[in-house]
Amino acid sequence: MSTSLANAPLEIRAIGLPLERIEGRAKVTGTAPYAYEQTVADPLYLHPVQATIARGKIASIDSAAAKALPGVVAIITHENAPRLASDKDKELWVLQSDAVGFRGQFIGAVIAQTPEVARQAASLVRVTYAEQPHEAELRADRSDLYAPKQVNPDYPTDTDEGDVEAALKAAAVTIDQTYSTPWENNNPMEPHTTVATWGDGKLTLYDSTQGAHSVRTMLAPLFGLKPEQMRVIAPHVGGGFGSKGTPHAHDVLAGLAAQAVPGRPVKLALTRQQMFSLAGYRTPTIQHFRLGADREGRLTAIVHEVIEQTSRIKEFAEQTAVPTRLLYASPNRRTSHRLAALDVPVPSWMRAPGETPGVCGNEMAMDELAVACGLDPIELRIRNDPPVDPESGKPWSGRNLVGCLREGARRFGWDQRDPAPRSRERDGWLVGLGVASSTYPRYAMPGSVASIRYGADRRYAVRIGAADIGTGTWTALTQIAADALGCPVEAIRMEIGDTDQPNATVEGGSSGITSWGTTIVAAARAFRAEHGDAPREGAEASAGMPENPDEKRFAMHSFGAQFAEVRVNVDTGEIRVPRMLGVFSVGRIINPRTARSQFIGGMTMGLSMALHEESVMDPRFGHVVTQDRRAPADARRAGPALEPDGFARDRRDRHCRRGGGDRQRRLARHRNPRAPPADHAGQGPVLSANTATRSSVIGRLRAARPASDNS
Amino acid sequence: MDARITLHVDGVARSLTVDTRTSLLDALRDHLGAMSPKKGCDHGQCGACTVLLDGRRATTCLAFAVAHDGATIITAQGLANGDGLHEMQRAFLDHDGFQCGYCTPGQICSAVGMLEEAEAGHPSHVTQDLTGPVVLTDDEIRERMSGNLCRCGAYVNIVAAIREVARKEGSA
Ligand code: FES
Ligand code: FES
Repeated sequence: MSTSLANAPLEIRAIGLPLERIEGRAKVTGTAPYAYEQTVADPLYLHPVQATIARGKIASIDSAAAKALPGVVAIITHENAPRLASDKDKELWVLQSDAVGFRGQFIGAVIAQTPEVARQAASLVRVTYAEQPHEAELRADRSDLYAPKQVNPDYPTDTDEGDVEAALKAAAVTIDQTYSTPWENNNPMEPHTTVATWGDGKLTLYDSTQGAHSVRTMLAPLFGLKPEQMRVIAPHVGGGFGSKGTPHAHDVLAGLAAQAVPGRPVKLALTRQQMFSLAGYRTPTIQHFRLGADREGRLTAIVHEVIEQTSRIKEFAEQTAVPTRLLYASPNRRTSHRLAALDVPVPSWMRAPGETPGVCGNEMAMDELAVACGLDPIELRIRNDPPVDPESGKPWSGRNLVGCLREGARRFGWDQRDPAPRSRERDGWLVGLGVASSTYPRYAMPGSVASIRYGADRRYAVRIGAADIGTGTWTALTQIAADALGCPVEAIRMEIGDTDQPNATVEGGSSGITSWGTTIVAAARAFRAEHGDAPREGAEASAGMPENPDEKRFAMHSFGAQFAEVRVNVDTGEIRVPRMLGVFSVGRIINPRTARSQFIGGMTMGLSMALHEESVMDPRFGHVVTQDRRAPADARRAGPALEPDGFARDRRDRHCRRGGGDRQRRLARHRNPRAPPADHAGQGPVLSANTATRSSVIGRLRAARPASDNS
Repeated sequence: MDARITLHVDGVARSLTVDTRTSLLDALRDHLGAMSPKKGCDHGQCGACTVLLDGRRATTCLAFAVAHDGATIITAQGLANGDGLHEMQRAFLDHDGFQCGYCTPGQICSAVGMLEEAEAGHPSHVTQDLTGPVVLTDDEIRERMSGNLCRCGAYVNIVAAIREVARKEGSA
């Protein structure tokens, strides 16, 4: 395929339309099959046995009473479980040794005819331990903090430009603050589920995952299988938020159990409580910020030093300080990450790892600097907006954070803000307005392949093993395929979520639509080049994701501005958030309906994080004691109500554009047609959440959410 | 201990033998293959398992199947009439009142049950006038739907969908 053809712009027809989700009817009737709901014949049910110590060795396991229970089919422990091929990933090294690395770790499993019997039998397994002292508390004064080799996914651990100490000494204004963010659990609504069948040397998983192929890539070698001996199926996924981005121990446990009862499907759905120790989570962070600025608020030094935790059995280093490398301009800048390796569950990706806690720290520090300089917080951010990427020196493919801040300020009624604390009181409520920047990198992951086949039904079957975790993949890829093939959306039959389809990269890092979309465009071009506009039945072509030469020349990131009106009750301290507004510069919107839901979802999760979410670890025992859904639940109390009316203000970003994966800078502007609150008469919120938070939880604002997708 | 019971699910009488510990949710999902109600928490906190149980919304994970012998159950699947969607389902589609869809059947059953409660004059925690008819303001909708969680954060759109149906029925 020639480069000119590969880069020719698409004729945009379906892209940009607010199409209804093509799997929507199945979802509102509850008939879209999630992993547990797939039809399998004669299943067995698995209930895990979990460690009740945080560190040590299993001394003995007595499963006689469990085995004696009618209906129990098999019990597996490290003493009899099938062997795995590699211990490189200790999280996935399930039932292979007597070692316990954290409380809640799998140490056995009961497989039974019914879920009730499996659960009862699991409670009858008697375990004794040789317990060792454990450590489960993250503190900044630990002496064993260490620098990881790199932070997730492959960023340098530390950076140091210029001379921050000299700059801080010379600065007219300085800020020195430490912020902490809590342990947070992803808690997708659908629990992590695997239905595994082992038969004829083949392993089949119905799995709740953000990447069918990535599960296979990681697990097939572990089970000693060739890729073609393993199939993973996941057409519908009930949310992930990163926790289903990589297989966790339950996938392995289900596979081992299936091996123990060949031919019978084994169903495992984690309980909500088990998800707190077995499905990843966001590390708590302790962030030390030092800022130096001149009298006009121009930054001369930024220091962001992060302390966070990983598990002793497997390292995960959240990239908390990475966004600090690009958010604002400063000639002197130092960022660092230090980890404490603790006897705790394995942390992992949670919605925008790094950006979520890191931008939160940045934005609190900037607000403190604004106060110290006597500057409006928006003006301070505008003064420090870097013209090029501070770290690489590359030009932005499109930044437009200043535009988002200005447009948001206008729509939110920022000019009515009084910066003096406690200056506005309405009926016993103190009213304040706040702003924060958002950012998220533009990732595209190489490796996807799409195939297109023209069928007897005169439709194009477009196949790629992509995932839809609520992000709208089914619909958005259909729109891209339609424009890429130059046909109506009705002529596309999208097929995703199965390793029998061509390889797709994971739904993670907001990379899905960019990676898969561009791949589909390449496949469509290959198809037309080979078969023309009037293909014969059965005509087929496929292609992999093409390279984007602009990736090397430009710094590519999304940006956004978040606004919130917060009310605090003078007497009770109760917090309410009646209005939120987000203005985003995020590239081409494939489907405004689903994109809007992504924005609202992200803002709502940010609200929930800020006011409600904290998984409380009891360091004496090493486990999360708040193992329920109340935290995310309370976002309901923050149940926002907003009415957007579309996207506007197009500003094309040619450099991020590649076929259907185009990224065209836009401001997402939404207008609330309903009467705005009296003190903001005439001001329509943009992409806003008019939240009526009736929170009984009193918390401090801890997390600002960057714009990203659902992973 | 096992028990033989009959459930009328989405218009069909189904007889089954359940462990007396089996929840109504597991009876529907594991025994009858009625997968429309979802299991989000299994302990009454999320509302994903909500159905209309003898005409009223109920979280089936908190009910023992054996205690509901003879019950009539309508799931979100049963709310639809073949290809014809219930107006609440239509409104959820129109307003994109979901993302992953896992909380959705429970939200929809709950919303349908909630509108009937309001119609019948049941007050809620935020109802000001306990004597007159219930007016379903957004505050009322949020309060009355507070047992149904959505981790995808579709609340804005869920409220919009329910508001639209309530308006059509004249209760908002
Ligand atoms: S599953 Fe019943 S309320 Fe959550
Ligand atoms: S749509 Fe995903 S939890 Fe509500």
